[in-house]
Amino acid sequence: MIRFIIKRLLTMIPLLIGISFLCFAILQISPGDYVLSLTSGDQFSEELRRQITHEFGLDKPWPIQYLLWLGNALHLNFGMSLATRQPVTSVLWERMGNTMILSLSSLALAWGLAIPLGILSAVKRNTWVDRLNSLFAFTWISIPSFFVALLALLFAQRSGLFPVGGMHSADVDLMTGPEQFVDLLRHLVLPTLVLGLGGCAGIMRQMRGSLLDTLRDNYITAARARGLSERKVIVKHAVRNAINPLITIFGFSLAGLLSGAALVENVMAWPGLGRLILESVLSKDIYMVMGAFMLGATMLMLGNLFSDILLAITDPRIRLGK
Amino acid sequence: MIVTAMPSNAAPNDTLEDDSLSETPWQLTWRQLRKNRFAMAGGAVLIVLYTMAILANFLSPYPITERSDHVYQPPSAVVFHDDNGRFSMWPHTERMALNTQTQQYNSLSGSAVPLRLFVRGEPYRLLGLLPLNMHLFSGSGGVPFHILGTDSDGRDVFSRLMVGSQISLTIGIVAISITFTIGLLMGGIAGYYGGPVDNILMRICEVIMSIPQFYLLIALAGLLPPTLDPRLTFLLIIVILSFVGWAGLARVIRGIALSTRELEYVQAARALGVSDLTIIRRHVLPSAFTYATVSATLAIPGYILAESGLSFLGLGIKIPIPSWGNMLTAAQNLEVLTSKFWMLAPGVMIFVTVLAFNFLGDGLRDALDPKLRR
Repeated sequence: MIRFIIKRLLTMIPLLIGISFLCFAILQISPGDYVLSLTSGDQFSEELRRQITHEFGLDKPWPIQYLLWLGNALHLNFGMSLATRQPVTSVLWERMGNTMILSLSSLALAWGLAIPLGILSAVKRNTWVDRLNSLFAFTWISIPSFFVALLALLFAQRSGLFPVGGMHSADVDLMTGPEQFVDLLRHLVLPTLVLGLGGCAGIMRQMRGSLLDTLRDNYITAARARGLSERKVIVKHAVRNAINPLITIFGFSLAGLLSGAALVENVMAWPGLGRLILESVLSKDIYMVMGAFMLGATMLMLGNLFSDILLAITDPRIRLGK
Repeated sequence: MIVTAMPSNAAPNDTLEDDSLSETPWQLTWRQLRKNRFAMAGGAVLIVLYTMAILANFLSPYPITERSDHVYQPPSAVVFHDDNGRFSMWPHTERMALNTQTQQYNSLSGSAVPLRLFVRGEPYRLLGLLPLNMHLFSGSGGVPFHILGTDSDGRDVFSRLMVGSQISLTIGIVAISITFTIGLLMGGIAGYYGGPVDNILMRICEVIMSIPQFYLLIALAGLLPPTLDPRLTFLLIIVILSFVGWAGLARVIRGIALSTRELEYVQAARALGVSDLTIIRRHVLPSAFTYATVSATLAIPGYILAESGLSFLGLGIKIPIPSWGNMLTAAQNLEVLTSKFWMLAPGVMIFVTVLAFNFLGDGLRDALDPKLRR
């Protein structure tokens, strides 16, 4: 198992290098010379400009610039944000934390709701419960996440129950620790609902389909024939096997979540990674974009790795590392 | 083919075995699909929507860029009386005026004018060819009829919704056709040749798939200069969507091609000296076609959502050209969001379109799945 994890982590490195090359090339194609914007404004001190130029070879052709960036990145130096003059890494850590909070709470909501609802739908197949669930699922799959986010803001504004966007109240610095936590939770509720329910719908349909497939298997008939209670048949025999294919889609659901979060973050003013990417793409903050891309891709790959490990734990037939 | 026992109460023409045996795969699919009410409803809605997009200029009463000083006017009232207050079967509309004290629009009583059908107005070209100047409906006597109100520049929201549908509805179809072609070809080549070709193509796929999709879309679309010709922007957005989307399809197609190439009929074709590309096109890809059809139908909504999301963020189709996504950008303003409900209409249209595609795609998947056939 350990060997498998190490092997997978090692294969991530060439992949990340490939991603960084692709992104760097894309950013270089874009019109608008950012060296020019760096030198023309006087927001950068001469010394800092010289330092960046020296470190990242801004006066050299872009393949060499890329290699310099890569060399620095391998030492975990992702450069300076051109817009805020902060080191990219410190901004990234903060933004990643925020995205993680939102993603994890949405993930928990989505899976916590999807699995029981999917089981319910499959067991009560073709009854009104199932139909209601399917209707719910189709609605949430079809409604654009940014539109739901808008409606959620509308709800927050009208009801006054929740803050309208953002992650902290304006007076957060005056609060004590527990108060800050409650404040964060209050801001978290609506974005989590928007993202979590959207993610829930797809997983629920998968769970329903997977369980229906399993219930057709012979060993289920055998279990019933032996006189096991229906509850035992479902919980002990069917669900355990039906859940495996879902673990493989865990990685995909994470990818969808990160993408969905990018839009919701922008609508609901949640200071996460997706919002950072939009801001820095628009201000041509090239090193910030690169850093955010690397981080997003790493999170995605770690998520996939995590789902593989999870699969190996739940399914004894799978032997990792072979 | 195994013919399962027919239920005893089946209609007489269903009991003819040779009848169902002689069905082509398409007839079989169609028969299955017709049983699914949701799929048929989805299909019907899509036909209506696409007809609407084709007739957009005819259906829209006003030019999409025509501004007026009626800013954020709510939907015009439809009343059934004339300007003297006498009842009339024919729908009338009333002039609206802004009350400067309350900042609210009110219908002026005694200003009712009849709605008119087939009005001559702004000339346009139907499908870009047929020059016409007929519009389905309009107000009369100088009273404008804004069925879905007006936006921040006093432009008719309904007209923009109609014309915007042309962009929002075509972008998914065009993007999926390109994705489809690239994905099928790349997947087919990778699976058929195997070895280093397969290796390189799949590594490229992995790189693209390891980046959260919407991050990549934002970065790519964010690079388009804002001053670009709108038509070029439209094309480039399609290219971007396809570039991001082909990898997933190619991987699955590769898997199918990998198992197909070992089959006898493919080896027979190879032994006969058929060229590689012909084998891929004629023998390998058709086996992946069912999967591809279903996944394409289910992928179109993804493209529609992606385009509207990008345009919403101001990165996709840019104003003044309307698309459903960029029309919703105005609703990001809290004041507009809370008091100008008609500005949310494009969101409803996106929802209906995507829902229809999902119903149809889901039905198609069931209809093409031999396990579910009875």
